Amino acid sequence: MSTRLATGGRLLDKARAVNFTFNGKRLRGHAGDTLASALLANDQMLVGRSFKYHRPRGIVASGAEEPNAIVGLGTGARFEPNQRVTTTELFDGLSATSQNHWPSLDFDVGAVNAKLGRFMPAGFYYKMFIHPRPFWKHVYEPFIRQAAGLGKAPKDRDGDRYEHFYAFADVLVIGGGVAGLQSALRAAQSGAKVMVLEQTAHWGGRAPVDGGTVDGAPVEAFIDATIAKLQDMPNVTLRNRCMGAGVYDHGYALGYERITDHAPELDAPRHRLWRIRAGQIITATGAIERPLSFAGNDIPGVMLASAVRDYAVNYGVSIGDRTVVVTNNDDAYRTAITLKSLGLDIPVILDARASGGGALADEARALGIRVENGKAIASVKGGKRVTGVAICAQAGEGAVLEEIKCDAVAMSGGWSPVVHLWSHCGGKLTWDAERAHFRPDPTKPPLGASGEGFVIATGAANGAADLATTLADADAAGKAAAKATGHKPKSAAAPQGSASDEAPLMPVWLMPQGAGINLRMKSWLDYQNDVKVSDVQLAAREGFESVEHAKRYTTLGMATDQGKLSNINGLAILSDALNQPIPQTGTTTFRPPYTPISLAAIGGEARDEIFQPLRKTPIHGWHEDNGAHFEPVGQWRRPYCFPKGEESHRDAVSREINQTRGALGLLDASTLGKIIVKGPDAGKFLDMLYTNMMSTLKPGRCRYGLMCSENGFLMDDGVVARIDDDTFLCHTTTGGAESIHGHMEDWLQCEWWDWKVYTANVTEQYAQIAVVGPKARTVLEKLTSDDISADGLSFMGWKDLTLAGMPARAYRISFSGELSYEIAVPASYGRALWDALLEAGAEFGVMPYGTEGLHVMRAEKGFIMIGDETDGTVIPQDLNMQWAISKKKDDYLGKRAQERSHMADPNRWKLVGLETLDGSVLPDGAYATAAGHNANGQRETQGRVTSTYYSPTLGRGIAMGLVLDGPDRMGDVIEIPKVDGGIVKAKIVDPIFFDKDGEKQNV
Amino acid sequence: MSNAVSALAGASYDGFARIEDQGLHGMITLRGDLASKEVKAAVKSATGLGMPGQRQALSGKDTAALWMSPDELLLMCPYGDVAAVIEKIETALAGQHFLAVNVSDARTFLRISGAGAREVLAKVCPVDLSPEAFTPGMFRRTRMAQVPAAFWLDEAGAFHLICFRSIADYAFNLLKTSAKPGGEVGYFA
Repeated sequence: MSTRLATGGRLLDKARAVNFTFNGKRLRGHAGDTLASALLANDQMLVGRSFKYHRPRGIVASGAEEPNAIVGLGTGARFEPNQRVTTTELFDGLSATSQNHWPSLDFDVGAVNAKLGRFMPAGFYYKMFIHPRPFWKHVYEPFIRQAAGLGKAPKDRDGDRYEHFYAFADVLVIGGGVAGLQSALRAAQSGAKVMVLEQTAHWGGRAPVDGGTVDGAPVEAFIDATIAKLQDMPNVTLRNRCMGAGVYDHGYALGYERITDHAPELDAPRHRLWRIRAGQIITATGAIERPLSFAGNDIPGVMLASAVRDYAVNYGVSIGDRTVVVTNNDDAYRTAITLKSLGLDIPVILDARASGGGALADEARALGIRVENGKAIASVKGGKRVTGVAICAQAGEGAVLEEIKCDAVAMSGGWSPVVHLWSHCGGKLTWDAERAHFRPDPTKPPLGASGEGFVIATGAANGAADLATTLADADAAGKAAAKATGHKPKSAAAPQGSASDEAPLMPVWLMPQGAGINLRMKSWLDYQNDVKVSDVQLAAREGFESVEHAKRYTTLGMATDQGKLSNINGLAILSDALNQPIPQTGTTTFRPPYTPISLAAIGGEARDEIFQPLRKTPIHGWHEDNGAHFEPVGQWRRPYCFPKGEESHRDAVSREINQTRGALGLLDASTLGKIIVKGPDAGKFLDMLYTNMMSTLKPGRCRYGLMCSENGFLMDDGVVARIDDDTFLCHTTTGGAESIHGHMEDWLQCEWWDWKVYTANVTEQYAQIAVVGPKARTVLEKLTSDDISADGLSFMGWKDLTLAGMPARAYRISFSGELSYEIAVPASYGRALWDALLEAGAEFGVMPYGTEGLHVMRAEKGFIMIGDETDGTVIPQDLNMQWAISKKKDDYLGKRAQERSHMADPNRWKLVGLETLDGSVLPDGAYATAAGHNANGQRETQGRVTSTYYSPTLGRGIAMGLVLDGPDRMGDVIEIPKVDGGIVKAKIVDPIFFDKDGEKQNV
Repeated sequence: MSNAVSALAGASYDGFARIEDQGLHGMITLRGDLASKEVKAAVKSATGLGMPGQRQALSGKDTAALWMSPDELLLMCPYGDVAAVIEKIETALAGQHFLAVNVSDARTFLRISGAGAREVLAKVCPVDLSPEAFTPGMFRRTRMAQVPAAFWLDEAGAFHLICFRSIADYAFNLLKTSAKPGGEVGYFA
């Protein structure tokens, strides 16, 4: 069993007990524990079930690479699935639940899959579920969805807060181990601004566990001294519990800081996403130990040798009383020696190398440990826990020589540099045959904007084997980064780390090397996704020769750990199966983030009321206070209608329209785009922008205009007012304000840069209120002494005036067909004007109307709406708007495009009105069918509905649509299918349904 | 006139920095050839200030000249003086090609002050706000979370931030969230 030792545990505060629960069971650990070490101290070795076969899974590693031990953490608003216990710091009250089992962790029904393992080979799902086709949707998919996914999605809103932070540094060092600290110090001594990120709570990395000396003193002393120096330097920032998550173009990097994960009682953001721009990035990300592939290597109790050592030294936890060590390199001997010195039993060290190890092996033997060279594990005994191992020769096929009882196995297949961050932005790797690992190729780093490398890998992440090489390499990396960012590094000598005298490693990708199928089927590569040696070999045989294909076919490395333990072993097996060298097989792509980061951290502060910006007009508060039903229009929220009490939206819209057409309505039109265009060439410029002539407009007058893209398609419309000889005010649609301003500046800056025109977007400078209805003039006359009579301010004129004591401009324009004035005042007066109009209009029953009333009234008048009658494929000619296209002008944007054969095609659908024979409202966007079917077997069509409403003015449904030969077919009846299967018959009519002669506005 | 109100009506928040609405101020967009002596003279007559350099803010007692782009300035003056100041500019630039337009009511004007002010902005703006990089008198147009914004730093260490009026609530709540106690980063300390 695993237990807490009486001694050891350098990271623990044994005076402080910490209570937590696992699957409801109350357990106790110490301050300084990780959840992993605390579980192991309580003999909780079994922590979960694997994804496919539901095999029992125990803790394998001690850090970010852990594939097995992932749990659901917290409850309610703080529940989060798939959290690694090895990177979860213990805190009082922590509650964890294991995942992927039913009904319980100890007894799991899904484990029957394991018995069927031989029937579920690689690609099983692809092969099984492809036929018969209908089964996928109705049988297989629901079943797989039920079984899929490791953790459960949280059900409650996240109870924490999150944020971003932008930081800038000359040198960003990722990794706070010995290499990271030395390179940071060297870079900082040059005066460079340095930032160091460390993913754990502790500085120094593995060095304190692995031992060694620096300049003759223990490595811990070096770490403490270096941290002290860095802390004293004003140009250095140290952040621990902050993982370097990704490296991107141009020196951009993401840091993932976990602020309260270990201390949820703090009132602080839980995670902070650091968005860092650095001149140079040093990746000092260390190395990860590889498992060995032998039968039963997934049984709880089989762990990485380094992890066994970590738990003993850092947390005073022993994994078992009797630990068999199996290795292909010298490093694992450190585990044996450490355990032995703590009084634990090492029945045997199995060294796959026939020639055995170096100085460390001698030290182990001197301690009385049995060492067997050239030996391997034939299989591990046990189910939910290791009970023993069967030993064989590494060179053979697995004939058992001896069985040894033990309760833990510490394995080491060598070390792989953590090259992820080096690789994220294109750094290339080289295969180091001697050490059997990929390491960064220093000649092919990720390139920055200058074409020079901006990432330097150092220390174990660069393949350094011991403290001597690590420190020399890190010192050089610090200097190089300083130099590359324009600083002069000090020419001090690098600290002298101790060298280790280790015998060469022997690559072991399968144990024993001639293992038969029965052993290979139990030799796990990917623990979380249940990928075995036999699966990768099968994939190769079936033709999935590319490593990327084999990955997806087998799901190797596709689990939440992204194959940190399994990838190298897997591609070595693949290479072997394809009979090609490992570098030829290559690696799969390393993509950020290094380990999963929370979605909430990516979202940052953007939630609740600041999820996204909402634009509000100066009158928005009144709308809110008066029950407006809002609709989104871009980022604005505009009132759709103002229902009273229990009134339906349709009834409210009808009431608002009837009131407006009958007497007086108000519309908050402040969101309309308003762009000032000024300069001697302003008229010429607008003549190019609009299809009609604007330069002939007289000051004091307004003209409606259409704007097309270069391709001739109608993109915006609005009323242009000429303010003076040099100045125009262009109204755009609400949604077009920013894009049309950008369009204008694009042409002015890129094409017509010598034209003397300036523009300014003044959309938000003005509150604009449409005063609409037969009483519009009467109510305004109550508020002004300026002449706004039919002659004093005629239709399509504008005038500055004083209204209710405010500086105002009145535009006599109408989008409803009524007598109408749009009154603009500075936005700061907007609410005051609205209030004044409501008060003055009370005697006429004044009512505000919303966007739906606006839409219905314009449709009753046959006015088009950008976005309804247009969709980016419609030209003005389709809308019978030739009257708005100047024949006198040589050119305007879109003119030539509109002369293309397809644009001039008489078969283009054209705008008409549609009247249902039964008075009903047509479905929006519906198509009118024609005789016959097209090549795809679909009904032929002859038109579509672009706008459709119930008109309270006419008491029936009205619509506009684009119809083949429409204007020539007045009175024809076309058929329009409904969603429910029925058909509506509609007559083609003039799109102007109401007041065809415009008598209502010409008063 | 008392009818004119700023979008935030003088709201303020005290977190680890202070966020406050600065109310209505006169703001004039001036576009023209910033290198010309006529425009320089117009700026002088409008604000009493010189021509700000690239990404620079010059400020006087109740005026400011802010560099917006190679051909655009934002001039500030008391809210009630805008018409008179525009008239001065038009007089000074008579016959020149330029644009001077009142944008006072299109903006929200905030002040962020206190020891944590730099951090509050660094959470939402991709700008190097370290004391050595962003010094008094510097002006920056940038992105503040999801909206455009511009700010400068004064000699007393307070930031003056301009954004659009329609997103005043968003901007204020954003800065409030950014300044919430417990969120101190300790980065610029």
